[in-house]
Amino acid sequence: MSGQGPVRVVVVDDHRLFRAGVRAELGEEVSVVGEAGDVSGAAALISELVPDVVLLDVHMPDGGGQAVIEAVAACHPDVRFLALSVSDAAEDVIAVIRAGARGYVTKTISGAALTDAVRRVADGDAVFSPRLAGFVLDAFAAEPAPAGTTVTFDPELDQLTRREREVLRLIARGYAYKEVARELSISVKTVETHVSAVLRKLQLSSRHQLTRWASERRLL
Amino acid sequence: MRPSTAVSGITPSPTPTNALLLGDPPGGSAWSGRAIIERITDDARSPERFPGGQRWARWRAPRQPGPLRRSRTDPMVGGVAGGLGARLGVDGNVVRLAFVALVLADGSGLALYVLAWLVIVRQGEESSVAHRALADRRTIALGLALATVLGSVLVAMAALGLVVLAGVVWPASLAAAGLVVLWRGLAEDEKAFLRRAAEQATLPGLPDRRTRRSSVFRVGVGVALVLVGLGTLVAVRHPSASSLEALGPVAVIVLGFLVVFGPWWLAVARDLAVERRERVRTQERADVAAVVHDSVLQTLALIQRSADDPTEVVRLARAQERELRSWLFDGRPPGSFDAREVTTLAQGVGVLQREVEESHRVSIEAVVVGDCLLDDALRALLAAGREATVNAAAWSGVASVSLYAEVETTRVSLYVRDRGRGFDPGAVSGDRRGIAQSIRARMARHGGTAGIRSTPGEGTEVELVMARPGVPS
Repeated sequence: MSGQGPVRVVVVDDHRLFRAGVRAELGEEVSVVGEAGDVSGAAALISELVPDVVLLDVHMPDGGGQAVIEAVAACHPDVRFLALSVSDAAEDVIAVIRAGARGYVTKTISGAALTDAVRRVADGDAVFSPRLAGFVLDAFAAEPAPAGTTVTFDPELDQLTRREREVLRLIARGYAYKEVARELSISVKTVETHVSAVLRKLQLSSRHQLTRWASERRLL
Repeated sequence: MRPSTAVSGITPSPTPTNALLLGDPPGGSAWSGRAIIERITDDARSPERFPGGQRWARWRAPRQPGPLRRSRTDPMVGGVAGGLGARLGVDGNVVRLAFVALVLADGSGLALYVLAWLVIVRQGEESSVAHRALADRRTIALGLALATVLGSVLVAMAALGLVVLAGVVWPASLAAAGLVVLWRGLAEDEKAFLRRAAEQATLPGLPDRRTRRSSVFRVGVGVALVLVGLGTLVAVRHPSASSLEALGPVAVIVLGFLVVFGPWWLAVARDLAVERRERVRTQERADVAAVVHDSVLQTLALIQRSADDPTEVVRLARAQERELRSWLFDGRPPGSFDAREVTTLAQGVGVLQREVEESHRVSIEAVVVGDCLLDDALRALLAAGREATVNAAAWSGVASVSLYAEVETTRVSLYVRDRGRGFDPGAVSGDRRGIAQSIRARMARHGGTAGIRSTPGEGTEVELVMARPGVPS
């Protein structure tokens, strides 16, 4: 998808000012082809334009970003979603990711970093902000699900490898992918592979904590 | 024993202490903020902290979990009793009394104490004294030599029939040998303490006002008394003599020892008390200096940087004034993560983030994984983290700072990272209080570690790690 001109982006957010801000901030590599301010409008627009990437607000009336993805993803599997939010609520963010978004960034992100994130999502990579990395580390805490719960535990999906944990930790500490790669003496491509693997686990895992943990934050 | 006049002379009323604190630079020779320190200490030690009522409060102390360490905060000689007390949850003085009782019983208390001093690692240090000393072959030789000398004395005494004294000699020789090993492995500040005690031992009880002559006379009298007593004791030691007859000579011997060593014992006891108070004060001074640095000095630096913006200067000065007032008059140290409002690590990180964002106009990306309740050590971790964050906000030259806290079962770590101009950590001089006092020393005082990694042009990352005490599950 890259290398064929600018990435085509649709911005979905219920705040008009914010949409204008994003449009102004995104760099040359990205062109905003459409904007939508609510869930139904967004679904229609995305089906019509079929953009490369949808920048999606997590919080909107009538179901938020999650509803948009659910309405569109089935008929347009090539459209990729990047969640954007000021929200601190882990359960909302995780819900959007589990619905199919390929990453999550906070709205305080700089224009250049946002452009870079859009580019990555368009290329099929996952984009983890420090906050999302923190959420995931929290959700995949080392302790297994409490005894007595009848959750099937699939080690393949329900646990992070040591390397994935290291990568997430560095991202949570504010390291960019390039810096993570240098720190761990691996290639950027490998970092991307790890992050994509984590994203997959996040979306497919039936881990107990992922569905319930948000309401009761672990107090070790 | 009177407390030093400088302290007892100051009343705890807030007004004069305020003036004094502001009038004197921290670290100056006359630390006039002393009254404040005394007040803080008093508050901290008031019996309300112990829920079990006041009767036993004097004997109890908060139990300190984690590995056994020689105390840095409550030492009288080597910090052994203080450390043991903290571990067992009793006051250090209770343990001290137990040691003294053992010394009086058969002398083994002394040997035990010295051994403990040798093998228990001091708070904030990484290896024990014995570990360091035994790396040196000469130390072992010296210790053995001394032990054999004392062993010969033991044999000689047994030959003279002084079996009673012989029981005291083996712990004494063990202790003496231990002391030699101790001396060679001690950290510098502990060495200085022992040196002072030893200097007084070589000039027994020689106060400044007295002449050497009178002292020589006194020692002469004392030695004569001891010899007379010993002579009589040997004379009366034949089978027909009753045990009562020995009492007189023994009393004479004791009197002789008192005449020779009494003044010295008094002086040592006095010095120990003064020394101990001085150390407590030094520690408190370091804490106050850290607080003043974090608040006042940082604000002054901010004011210098925004000198061309009068409204900003006024805002900063006002905020600082409010903070200082609430510290001096309400006893709420700035940045102490007040126990009433903040109880968990995640809350503390939130407060830290908000405050630094407000005062320094930067954005802070804070991520917390896991959470736990705050204790004193974790409050210190947060305070050090705030200092690191403030440093990043003030000096890195970039507008955003990353903060990452993670609670694991055995430790809590906090990372502060910026992508700013960075610096050479080796080139920071010791008088830069921020890193030395507010971060490194503060972490060390509570048993944690601080690491700083910075590359000029690429940014800085501060890593703070505090071990967690055993968690009840």
